[in-house]
Amino acid sequence: MTGWLTAFLGIARRETLRFVNQRGRFLAALVRPLVWLFIFAAGFRAVLGLSITPPYQTYVLYEVYVTPGLVAMIQLFNGMQSSLSMVYDRETGAMRTLLVSPFPRWFLLGSKLVAGVIVSIIQVFTFLAIAWFWGITPPAWGYVAVIPALILSGLMLGAMGLFLSSAIRHLENFAGVMNFVIFPMFFASSALYPLWRMRESSPLLHDICAFNPFTHAVELIRFALYLQVNWTSLAVVMGCLAGFFGAAVFMYDPQKGLWARRKGGPS
Amino acid sequence: MTAAALEIDHVSHNFGAVQALQDVSLTVPRGGFTALLGVNGAGKTTLFSLITRLYNNRSGVIRVGGHDLRREPSKALARLGVVFQTRAMDADLTIRQNLIYHASLHGIPGRIARPRIAQVLDQVDLADKADARVTALSGGQSRRAEIARALIHRPDLLLLDEATVGLDVKSRAEVLALTRRLIARDGVSALWATHIMDEIAPDDDLVILHRGQVLRRGRADAIAGSQGMTQAFLDMTGVAP
Repeated sequence: MTGWLTAFLGIARRETLRFVNQRGRFLAALVRPLVWLFIFAAGFRAVLGLSITPPYQTYVLYEVYVTPGLVAMIQLFNGMQSSLSMVYDRETGAMRTLLVSPFPRWFLLGSKLVAGVIVSIIQVFTFLAIAWFWGITPPAWGYVAVIPALILSGLMLGAMGLFLSSAIRHLENFAGVMNFVIFPMFFASSALYPLWRMRESSPLLHDICAFNPFTHAVELIRFALYLQVNWTSLAVVMGCLAGFFGAAVFMYDPQKGLWARRKGGPS
Repeated sequence: MTAAALEIDHVSHNFGAVQALQDVSLTVPRGGFTALLGVNGAGKTTLFSLITRLYNNRSGVIRVGGHDLRREPSKALARLGVVFQTRAMDADLTIRQNLIYHASLHGIPGRIARPRIAQVLDQVDLADKADARVTALSGGQSRRAEIARALIHRPDLLLLDEATVGLDVKSRAEVLALTRRLIARDGVSALWATHIMDEIAPDDDLVILHRGQVLRRGRADAIAGSQGMTQAFLDMTGVAP
């Protein structure tokens, strides 16, 4: 058991060290949501009216509404960053060090996933601290209650990134992921506007948004930040986490995955 | 009877219609140095990918230290130290951080890993580079660091896939001499894949792999005969090494 813990801590330490060593990555991860909060949200406040919708018990400013969406955005980009680093590791050969470890592959991938979530939570709390100074002040206990939601949503988005990384052969293909996965997931969700607003303009788009797992990650975080549980979102996030992680483990398994039939392998 | 360090028994592998390996069998004895000679595309890296379980071995049997790779992958992989053809160390980390990371992937905690790191870096003559970034190393130093990484969990068998590729003559000789020293002193076994004739000593066990098939196995001087290794290889394969 100690060996397993050692392996997990080693993987977590490596991910944290890489994150610390790449200061630009930390800044980029922070600047992106802050630009949305300071500029985009300020502009939209005037044009987008929000009625009282759960979990809010009164009218809220657009900045308050959009903050959980931006938190989820940090985790979405972090998940994709992990995916990118998996592809990079594969291209540079560093991933082979991981994959020839005697520990089972599901455990190695799971450890990498959890390590990525730890990094994303550090980013989220830095963002929430800055947002607090901007007047976004959820209940104090909300900062504690949101942690399990952040863990689950971070795991789900990270697992999705892991799954995508198994299908992407080269770094150059990553632009496609940006265009076909990240942007549609982010914009077709409740991160920037409530779903009832979406229904007013297009029922079809509303249904797409409602099916989007990212919407449920956003709502899980939003409700937790205000000390409530959105059970539907919790179920969807957990289901998607199981699905994405299972698919990623399958894809990386030399006995079963697609790599087994491909020249070039997982390394 | 003690099991061989590595036994490969009737292993074949294909990528779709392309037959990469065909009925390959070879043995690396404990404490022995076995050279796997073949031109580029002979199937050496595919064979290494099967031994390290990066690819699924679908036919035949691979045993590392007597442990079947398919049935006991953890026990088999724990006995392997691998130096890949291309660099496999994390360029964002120092050598020490890389080695601690690798040790942890074998379940070795930091308090045990740290003295071992000092020891293996001393073995490969890189003690003064422990806190240097990987990117700051020369080609030869980098390969030696990879060997240190492969040794940190004290494996029984070292797999070295074209470990000298891209190195100058001096660095190549250093890396090869280091590997032979490890075998003589620590009793480690090694499978050394190469396409360079000069790296093979007359008394080495030699396996010649060509187009995915083992053409000859035996002592290098016996295979070379009186005509010399280069001519013998050319006669066997029709290709100059």
